[in-house]
This record gives sequence, C-alpha cells and structure tokens, in this order.
Amino acid sequence: MASIQLQSLAHRYPSAPDYALRSMQQTWSDGGAYALLGPSGCGKTTLLNIISGLLRPSEGRVLFDDIDVTDLTTEQRNIAQVFQFPVVYDTMTVAENLAFPLHNRGIAKNEIEKRVADVLQMLDLQDRANDRARSLTADDKQKISLGRGLVRTDVQAILFDEPLTVIDPHLKWQLRTELKKIHQRFQHTMIYVTHDQTEALTFADQVIVMYEGAVVQIGTPQQLFETPEHTFVGRFIGSPGMNVLSCEVDASDAIFAGKRFSLSKTVDASASRFELGIRPEHIKLSAGDGMPLTVTALEDVGRHVIVRGEIEGTELSTLVKDGDTIPQNPHVSFDSAHVNLYADDYRVASGKGG
Amino acid sequence: MLELRNISFHQGDEIFLDDVSLLMERGELNILLGPTLSGKTTLMRIMAGLDKPNSGELLFDGVSVLGMPVQKRNVAMVYQQFINYPSLTVFENIASPLRVARVEQNQIGIQVAEVAELLQLTQMLDRMPDTLSGGQQQRVALARALVKKADLVLLDEPLANLDYKLREELRAELPALFAAMGAVLVYATTEPTEALVLGGNTVCLHEGRVEQFGPTLDLYRTPTGLRSAKIFSDPPLNSVEVECVAGQFIYAKSRQPLGIKIEQIPDGSYTLAVRPHHLSRKKEAGNEIEVEGNVSVTELTGSETFVHFSMEDSPWVALLHDVQDFAVASTVKFYLKPQHLFLFDSLGVLVEWQSEINN
Repeated sequence: MASIQLQSLAHRYPSAPDYALRSMQQTWSDGGAYALLGPSGCGKTTLLNIISGLLRPSEGRVLFDDIDVTDLTTEQRNIAQVFQFPVVYDTMTVAENLAFPLHNRGIAKNEIEKRVADVLQMLDLQDRANDRARSLTADDKQKISLGRGLVRTDVQAILFDEPLTVIDPHLKWQLRTELKKIHQRFQHTMIYVTHDQTEALTFADQVIVMYEGAVVQIGTPQQLFETPEHTFVGRFIGSPGMNVLSCEVDASDAIFAGKRFSLSKTVDASASRFELGIRPEHIKLSAGDGMPLTVTALEDVGRHVIVRGEIEGTELSTLVKDGDTIPQNPHVSFDSAHVNLYADDYRVASGKGG
Repeated sequence: MLELRNISFHQGDEIFLDDVSLLMERGELNILLGPTLSGKTTLMRIMAGLDKPNSGELLFDGVSVLGMPVQKRNVAMVYQQFINYPSLTVFENIASPLRVARVEQNQIGIQVAEVAELLQLTQMLDRMPDTLSGGQQQRVALARALVKKADLVLLDEPLANLDYKLREELRAELPALFAAMGAVLVYATTEPTEALVLGGNTVCLHEGRVEQFGPTLDLYRTPTGLRSAKIFSDPPLNSVEVECVAGQFIYAKSRQPLGIKIEQIPDGSYTLAVRPHHLSRKKEAGNEIEVEGNVSVTELTGSETFVHFSMEDSPWVALLHDVQDFAVASTVKFYLKPQHLFLFDSLGVLVEWQSEINN
C-alpha cells in the first residue's frame, strides 16, 4: 500500500469552460481510510478517476509513495477498484473469481490457493467457494468485487466508487461493517467515493468534503460535525443540516434575535455577511426557557421528530427524541459551546461554553 | 381511487405476486416498501397495465381497467434510471406530455415553469439533458411525470440515484405536491427512512405478499408481524430467539434467563425484537431489561455511534445519540424499556400482553 500525493492537481475537460477540479494540494497517508463526499457534480468522481489512472489530469502530478505515476495506466499503478455495479464472471465459481486477478499475474498455484482461502474467510464466503457466481445475491457479488481487490497483496490502494448504492438497506449495514473490520485489520489505503453521508462518516478516518470542484474541508467525522469550516459543510453534513442564521457581530459577541452569544475571540467586522451556525442536535426545546419558537412543521422520522420552526421570521430546525414531548409554548436555547460564527461562509470563531 | 382485488401474478413456478388486495385513495401517497424482488415493480407494472395478472381484479374509480391498454389509461411513471429525450431541451422534455395533450402554448409555459421551480430546474430549461448531472436529469424526468396531471402516478425508486441532500429537500416538498395533485400516487422504495419522511400509507411487501398496509407511522410503531418490523427498520431490527416457560423467559441458545417475566403468555418459542435507538447505555427505570454482548465494530458518524455487537450469536446494533468508542471484543451492556420490546410468536405474529413486565 502507498501514500498518495496530489501536487497542484487540477482538471479541465477539453471542451468545458470551467475547471471540473480546482487546484489542490493533498497528502493522504499509507493505510488511511478516506472518503470523498459531496453532491453530484462536485468533482469527486473526476478526482477518483485521476487517482486510478482512468483520467489524466490537465494540470499537476499524482504521486504514490513519492513516485510520479501521473502518466501511468491503472494497471501500471496497481490499483484495485470496486464500482457501483459488481463486476463478476457469472460462469466462474466464487473461488475462481477471486483467483482470477492472481492467475493474470502469474502467481504460483499454492500461493493463489492460500490467498483465496484467506479472502473467502475474511468475507465470510467459505461456504460458497465452489458455487457459480451467477447464483449469488447482489451483495455477495459485490463482496466478490471487493475480494478481488483484497486478494492482491501488491495493490497500492483500493478505490471504491459508490459501492453500496444498489445494495438493499439491510445488506448495506452488513457490507459496510465488513469493510470497516477489514480496514481495521489490514490497514489498506482505501479511498471511497460516495454522496451518502452515513457511508462516508462511518467508513472513513478522514472525510474530504468537496463542493464545486474544490476541497472545502478535510477532517474526522467529529470535526465535520462540530466545527464545519464552511457553511456548505455545515449544511451538507447532518440530517437535517446545521442551521445557518443571519446575525450581527459586536466585537466578541454574535447577536441573533436580540440574544448575545460570546465568541472565542474578537471578530473583524469588515465581512459583508455574518451567520451563526448551530446544529439541530445542539438546540434545546423547553416550555419557557430561551427564545420563543413558532413551530411550522413536525416530521416524525421514527427515531426522532424533526421540529421546523421560526424565530423572528428566521427558519430553524431542531430535534426531539422518540418518546419526548414537544412543549405547548415552545422556546429554544442554543448550546453556546457548539455555536460557530461564519463570515462570508467561512468559520471565523466558535462560541464560548458556559 | 385504485382498487386491487386478490391480484396474483406468476410465471411458471415463480410467484411474483400472491393474492394482493389494496385500496388507494386519490391525493394520498402510497408507499411500497420492501427489499429487491419483493414485488414492488411487478405490482406497479400491473397497476400501469404493462402486465396482466393471472387472477384478480383492478378497478379505477370503480371501473375495471384490466383490459384497458396502457395508452388509454392516464398514467405517469418515473423509474430509477432516468429517461429523457436527448434531442430536446429541458423545457421541451418537461413540456412533451402537454404537447401530446394539445395544451395551449401559454398554458404550457406556465405549467412547465411551475414544476421547474419546484424541482429547481428553472436555470436549466434551455439546456440539453446530457449536459446535466444525473440528479438533474432525474428531476427532469420527475417534472415530466408531474406536469402531466395523470390520474395514477407511479414512482419506482425515483430518488435512488439522487444526492441525499437533494433527496431530503424533495422528500420534504413531495408530500404537499402530491396532496395537491389529486392523483393516486404509488411510490416504491427499499428504504424505511424514505417512507418515514414521506408519510402517507405504507404497504410492506415480502416475496410478493402484503405483510401489512396502513398509515406509515402506525406501521413503524406497531408492526403486526416480524417481517414488517424487519422491513421497516433502518438500522436493522435487533432480534433474538427466546423461550417462555410459565411467564419466565430464557434465551433459546444459551438457556440463560432474560430476567423478565410476563404474565398470561402461553409457553413456547418467541422472537424478541427491539429497534436500535431504543437501546440505552443508562438504566433509567427499575423494570428495564438488560442485554449484554461482545462488540464487533463501532461506527462513529461525528454525532451518533452505531455499536455492533453479538447477542447470543445474533448480530445486534445500538444507536447512541453521542460519540462513544468501544474496543473490539469488549463486553457492552444496554438497557431497554419494556414498552419498546416487541414479542413475536413462532409464526412471526406480534404478541400483545396486558400485564406488567417484571424482572
């Protein structure tokens, strides 16, 4: 496995006026689990294709372990890929499917048998080893696609492009935790492209959030949740996303709906727009404590109820846990330690706790 | 109103639909929920008139439509794989059903603008479909179905290929839009969360049979059977086999006592089940039930924790509303309130009980 460096990497498709990927500088460490997360059209698949060698970047270099691979093909780069739709040979058995990439590379027979047996065990497919692949369910087929990447000991990285999109919800949970266990045990460098935040956040040590061809934040799931560096990240991560509320700033205070929130530092007031970010999870609903909330809609999604409302005309969402009641005359208070201040969409200060 | 009476559909030995009876009103959303191959698409094809059932009756507003070809029925369909006319602009794609229906030019402009606004396509009306992202193309297909003002609108996993943020927005918008359309709406999905957000009524489908049909939240809160409880759970429903002797419960596998007693329950084998978010690390009341297992993997989302553990060799998962890491193979204890416990008999039917649960 290898570390991956992207040096001044950018890409513009020949006929397009704008960059699909704007210039970026990245180093991803060997053995890390990374997720590329963003809405469709954000450039995440373009970036993945550049790393895998399917696409040559119009600018910049790609390095694996300090070796420039920009001009190498996918095969030369030794990359394993798992796509949205499983790629299996229906007429071969499960074991033959797994052995296939090794036969292609001229590896000795007993070594192949050993590695195939290892991977079968890893994926809990021992009982199906001699079954034809065509008899398998979609999730077992996707396991084989994954297994073909794992069976090769020489791969530099395993790349996943929306691998669970076509899998039923219950099996998604199974495959995802399987993948997580494999990563924890074997520490392969894994890069996972998805538009599904649960997949990205549960899989990756580091999540790379992309928006309009640029990386807007790299961080652990907790960092993305607690300190989104851009309002886009705040809104995109979380369900519902962070509330972004127009506010005023007075030295080291943010003022929203007449209420002052102490900030971690004095803020330069020259920005054209200030906004207060507060997650629904950090807003407390009570009978008479805080700012009065006009409830506009309730969405019961089972595990909690999403409460949509307004404070002085500004829309805001909060959550009520399953079983808890919504007070008659609802008021909200913000957990001040979890407030963030944004100047022209970028985070400039956090709230002071207490 | 769409009525299905005892619809069955099979090809050779393979049964796709088995004795399906449903009643769907105009202006209401009816969700078909079930895994792949549970019969959702087959059911929709029969509703549309694309397939003919082997037996049963299909009525629209009281009139049998079984013999009526699909062209004669006022049906709109949206599939997971978006289909647009590649040589027409977005505007013309959306307008195409109105042109076929010979709607007046200025009316076409107004109606297209309306749905375009709703689906955030206003800026893209002059573009060609192949210059749009997948999500945008699907919205064009959706807009074309909505603008048609059909009597029956069939949506087969229409949001499956969309970004989840866009899905969230669409899910929030769609119920109001659907209510205003006055059509019979049928919406297939594999995802319980999607059904919950959309509301309306839900049909739980399993291997071509209706397991349960009713208001979506009722189904979620009170599943009548183990199958519908499982279909309607994400993360997956936790379950374990137990046995009851004189009101006392033991685990079927380890023969260890659960430490709970329910009066007036016949002796026999049962399945005990609980939803992941009803497992708690804290014991809040004396009569809570304790479960214990070994951690297999912990998933952290930044705000929530999914703890996967093995309970009597069954895979269980707990959803915690904060971030806590647990070492692999460590022992974890969780508590659940008796009112959150589901008990199913050996046929998978929900067992209700009157008396208190005692430890």
